[in-house]
Amino acid sequence: MTATFTLTGPTPTTDGASAAPPTGATVQLSAVVKAFAGHTALNSIDLEVAPGELVALLGPSGCGKTTALRSISGLESIDSGRIVIDGVDVADTPTNKRDIGMVFQAYSLFPHMTVLENVEFGLKMRKVAAARRRERALETLDMVGLTKHSERFAHQLSGGQQQRVALARALVTRPRVLLLDEPLSALDAKVRVQLREEIRRLQTELGITTVFVTHDQEEALAVADRVAVMRDGRIEQIGTPEELYATPTNAFVADFVGLSNRMPAELIDGQVHLHGCTLNLLGDPMPDGPVLALVRPEDIALSTEGIAGTVISSSFLGSLRRTRVRLDDGTVVAIQHEVERHPLPGEAVTVRLKGAPVSALPAKAKN
Amino acid sequence: MSANQAVRIGAEPSALARRLILGIIGAIFLIPVIAMIEFTFRNGLAGDYTTSHWTGLFSEDSARTYRGLYQAIENSLVLAAVTVGIVLVLLLPTMVLVHMQFPRLKRTLEFICIIPITVPAIVLVVGLAPVYSVVVQVLGGSTWTLAFAYGITVLPYAYRAIQSNLDAIPVKTLSEAASTLGAGWMTVLWKILLPNLRRGVLAASFISIAVVLGEFTIASLLNRRNLQTALLQVSQSDPWVAVIFALAALALAFVLLLIIGRLGAASPSRRKS
Repeated sequence: MTATFTLTGPTPTTDGASAAPPTGATVQLSAVVKAFAGHTALNSIDLEVAPGELVALLGPSGCGKTTALRSISGLESIDSGRIVIDGVDVADTPTNKRDIGMVFQAYSLFPHMTVLENVEFGLKMRKVAAARRRERALETLDMVGLTKHSERFAHQLSGGQQQRVALARALVTRPRVLLLDEPLSALDAKVRVQLREEIRRLQTELGITTVFVTHDQEEALAVADRVAVMRDGRIEQIGTPEELYATPTNAFVADFVGLSNRMPAELIDGQVHLHGCTLNLLGDPMPDGPVLALVRPEDIALSTEGIAGTVISSSFLGSLRRTRVRLDDGTVVAIQHEVERHPLPGEAVTVRLKGAPVSALPAKAKN
Repeated sequence: MSANQAVRIGAEPSALARRLILGIIGAIFLIPVIAMIEFTFRNGLAGDYTTSHWTGLFSEDSARTYRGLYQAIENSLVLAAVTVGIVLVLLLPTMVLVHMQFPRLKRTLEFICIIPITVPAIVLVVGLAPVYSVVVQVLGGSTWTLAFAYGITVLPYAYRAIQSNLDAIPVKTLSEAASTLGAGWMTVLWKILLPNLRRGVLAASFISIAVVLGEFTIASLLNRRNLQTALLQVSQSDPWVAVIFALAALALAFVLLLIIGRLGAASPSRRKS
C-alpha cells in the first residue's frame, strides 16, 4: 500500500532561498554516559541544540565526538542519561525510527543503485508514492547541483559528488535532525571548502537542526552557529566561534581553537607577566607561579623596538603572512602580519606584545 | 638482499613463461576430457568410431534402461537445490551477523567452516552414520536428506566465496546508512546487502552445486542414490553412457563457473544498461 507522506521542510524558492521558519527539532543530551570495554567515551555529556541550529562537535581523535553523534542517531546505545528529540526520550528508539538524516565520513552510497535511486531510498522507506518520490528526489538533487548525474552510479562520481549525493539523500526526507560525521575529511582542500559552504547554505535554507562532527577547527569555526570543544569524553566549552576564540575558558580550548604560541611567563596576582608586559588572564584563576602563556599570533607584532629575535621562516598565506621568530630566550613564536612586510630567514627583528588577554597552562603541563 | 635481487624475485613471469604455464595446465585438464569424448565415439573394441552411444540415449529403450540414472540426476539436482538453500538460509545471515555485530567471532566461524575440508569424507560418514539413523526416523530415508551432510561439506567453499565479498564492501557503513534512512534489519539485508553480495552468493551457490553434483563417497557409504553412484553402477554395464553423463556433469560445472565469472565481473552500470 502506498501511503501519503508529508514533507515537513519548507519548499525552497526558485533562487534556492526559503522564507519558511526553521523546522528542525530540539536535541538535548543529558548526562549521557557511554563506555567501551572500560574506556569512557562519553563522560556525562550535556548538550542542547536549538531548532535550526548547527552545532559542531570539535576535538582531537578519541575525544568522543563521533560517539556522541552516533548516540544521537541510535547507531550506538548509551549506558545512562537521556537523549531527547523534541521532548521525546529516544534512547530506546531504534535508528530507523528516529527520523534523522546522516552523512558519514566514508563514502556510503549504495553501489548497486543509481544516484536517483540512492536519494529516493529514504522516501521509499516512508512509502512515498513513486511519482512524488522521484519528483522530490530530483528537487533535492537539484539543490546540490547533481540532477544531470542522476542516472550515474557511485563509482562514476568524484568523492565530492558522492558526498553531495549523500547529503541530498540525508536531506530528501526533511529529517528532524541532520547528523554529519566528518563528511568532508576524505575530500581535498578546495572541495572541502566548497562543500562546507554548501552544507551551511542548505542547512540554513531548510532550517534543519544539525550536529556536525569534525576535528578541523577551521571547518568548525566556519560553519557552526556554536562549537562544542570536546576532550576525553567531556565538553570543555561550548559557545559561538567568536566566544571560543576570544574568551576560551581554559588552556585546552585556547590551544585547540586557533593557533597559540606557548611562551614562558610568570603569574602574579592573577596577571600574566611576560617579557615586561602585564596581561590579563583568560579563563579560570590559577595559582601564582611560572606558567606557559598562550598568545595568539595576531597578538604579537613585528615592531621597531621590543623583544629581539631572529627570523626562522616566513610563509605567505594569501591575505596575510605568518613569520616564525626565535626570540633571544630561545622561545619560537609565530607572528601574523601584513603581507607587505617580508622578513627573510636569518634577519634580526624585534617583536612586541599587543597586550591582549591570554590563557595560560601550568609551566610543566604538556597540554 | 640487494634491490636488484628483490626486483628479480618479485618480477612477473615473461609472456612466454605465462603461456607455457597456461598451456601445461590447460593440457592437464583438457587431455582427459578429450580422451573421454574420444572414448564415447569408440565402437567397442573394433577400433572404428560410431555415434550410436550418443544417439542411443534418445531412444525409447534407453529411457527404460537408464530410468535409474535419470532418477539419480533428479536426486542430485534436488540435493543441490536444498544444499544451496541451507547455505543461503543458514550460512549467509550468520556470516553477515558475525561480520557486523560480532566481529570477534569471525575467526571462530572461519575455523568451524574450514574444518570439513580437513576431515576425509570417510571419517565424516563414520560420524554422520548415527546422526542419519535419527534423521531417517524423523524425516524418512529420502535422498534429499543427504543435503544436511552436503551442507557441511560445502561450508569451506561457500564460506570463502561469501567472506571475500563481505570483506570487499563496507557492510557496516552501508547498513548504518540504510538504517538512518528508515530501513529495518530485513530491508537492510534484502535491499542493500544482498545485491552487493550477489557475486559472493552466486559463487557460493554454484560452487555448492558443483560439489554436490560431483559427490560420491558420502552418498555411496550412506546408501543413497545420486548422479555419481548411479554413474558407477551404469559404467559396469555401459561404460560409454557413464562417460557421456560424466561429460555432461563436467560441462554443467564449467557453465556454472563461466556464469560466476560473467556475473561477478559485470559492473552495476553494465548490468543496468
